[in-house]
Amino acid sequence: MSGADQIFVWIGHEAAGWAPAPAQPLVSAILAIAGIMAVFGACFALTTVAERKILGRMQNRFGPNRVGPYGLFQPLADGVKMLTKEDIVPFSADKTLHFLAPLVLTVPVWLAFAVLPFGRNMSALDLDCGVLFFFAIGSASELAVFMAGWSSQNKYSLVGAMRAIAQMISYEVPLVLSTVPVLMLAGSLSLNGIVAAQGSHTIGGLARWNVFTPWGLAGLLLFLIAATAESNRSPFDLPEGESEIIAGYLTEYSGFKYALFFLGEYLGLFAVTGLAVTLFLGGWHAPFQWLEWAPSWLWFGAKFSVLIFLFIWARATLPRLRLDQLLNFSWRFLAPLSLINLAVAAAWHWTGAWESAAAAPVRWLLCAALIALPAHWLGRALRGRLPPPRKYRYAE
Amino acid sequence: MNGAGIIKGLVETARNFAGSYHDRERLTTVQYPEETLPPVENARTLPFLVYDGGDAMAGLRCTACMICEKECPPQCIYIIKDQARKPDYMGKMQLQPKVFDIDMSVCMSCGICVEVCPFDAIKMDQVFELSTDDRFAGLLFDNEKLARPNEYFRQLHKTEASEVDARREEEKRKAAAKAAAKPPLPGGVK
Repeated sequence: MSGADQIFVWIGHEAAGWAPAPAQPLVSAILAIAGIMAVFGACFALTTVAERKILGRMQNRFGPNRVGPYGLFQPLADGVKMLTKEDIVPFSADKTLHFLAPLVLTVPVWLAFAVLPFGRNMSALDLDCGVLFFFAIGSASELAVFMAGWSSQNKYSLVGAMRAIAQMISYEVPLVLSTVPVLMLAGSLSLNGIVAAQGSHTIGGLARWNVFTPWGLAGLLLFLIAATAESNRSPFDLPEGESEIIAGYLTEYSGFKYALFFLGEYLGLFAVTGLAVTLFLGGWHAPFQWLEWAPSWLWFGAKFSVLIFLFIWARATLPRLRLDQLLNFSWRFLAPLSLINLAVAAAWHWTGAWESAAAAPVRWLLCAALIALPAHWLGRALRGRLPPPRKYRYAE
Repeated sequence: MNGAGIIKGLVETARNFAGSYHDRERLTTVQYPEETLPPVENARTLPFLVYDGGDAMAGLRCTACMICEKECPPQCIYIIKDQARKPDYMGKMQLQPKVFDIDMSVCMSCGICVEVCPFDAIKMDQVFELSTDDRFAGLLFDNEKLARPNEYFRQLHKTEASEVDARREEEKRKAAAKAAAKPPLPGGVK
């Protein structure tokens, strides 16, 4: 392996080596935590400005371009603004809960990064039940959102929080179900094990990522849609629908607490994107065998950036859903489809024993049809449930 | 097909994304302090006083008739008449203002002063960069500060200015003809 690949691992080892022997596990743990917080903190700052610039360009605007070269120092200005703003707590708010909610949102999100493998030998915590840990930790954000909405003593906050709870619980189902095929076929709940299962190559040198299989592609799409809803991003940003309920559960937050919510939301997005990369896009593996010379963490970063760009792209494109559309979409489309995807994964597993020249494309097409046709029918059924298009009697 | 509309939308935004880097015409933003839009003739922001000739205070068209002060809805105009008189463009002796103040922070840019002025002395300007750190004295404009030459008015509102100039020329000519035709009355009666 090249030196660049293991450079962070090496630095960590060397730095921990300076500490006295009994303290070394603690020091190396702290170093890993500091590394993750520094990298993803910087990532958060960069993403906020990149998102605004990309959104701007997609709407034929410049985006922020005043602070520093190309507006790159915008996060600094935003940070100073957020920190110097007055921190207002409503008079009738439940002060303790109001204070705790942003912390309860942010801390578990940081914990979720512990199990993600960012590169070869680069996961802070190699848990046997990494995926389980990730989802268990991730569901704490629902608690935080409801704490924020309830403690604010504001009807907009409460409505926003109730929307958020309905949405997050509904979309947790397809989110988790779409990962199950990966876990079953990899035979492991450990994220490192899942990455290792995608590490081999076909004869053409193409990696065996899950996304190159029909169930993997469908699973990735389902996972990304559910992840968008889980992280309250447009087009599923009903909990913060500005045009309807001001800022949802964030209405009564300002200053640093608001910034913490913001941070928590972006970090939640990063964590779930990192999970998508790990589960479906081969983690830190290169797409082709002859590209394995590049550092593994660079591959992880590249895939991660592409997915983040996809999220921003979707945000620039799609309008917000209505609440009934949102819930129908989850329960009548995504959840059944992710269950069907399980069966498709099973079919893919059994047909893996076929041995003939035409087997591979036939197998691929068969499994693709098994998921594409139900998707088509479910989509039609979903559209049948919507009210007919509104007729305008006078404004034609 | 499911999602066809979503893909169509994604293609549209992607086209915007690439296109906005490719051709500048897509970006409609005018980056204000560095670049500004060309002035629009009909734009009207705040009033100013018109003067003729080189000397601002001597050529002021205002005759301190007080109509604008009375008509001004937010009452931002304040006038004190001067005792001395001066001849106007037709040679008639007229009053002139000693103090003519407009509080720009109170003015609501309605333009009623312009409509009621019988002497075409007050017109609307196109300035909008009036920000100051003193909102009382800094925005209280006196006649020195309000006075602008007629050329400036002509530059701003070409159509209106040429109409005003033509009318004033006509009146001047008529007055001169009248004075020439009518011999002075005996006994010095005016």
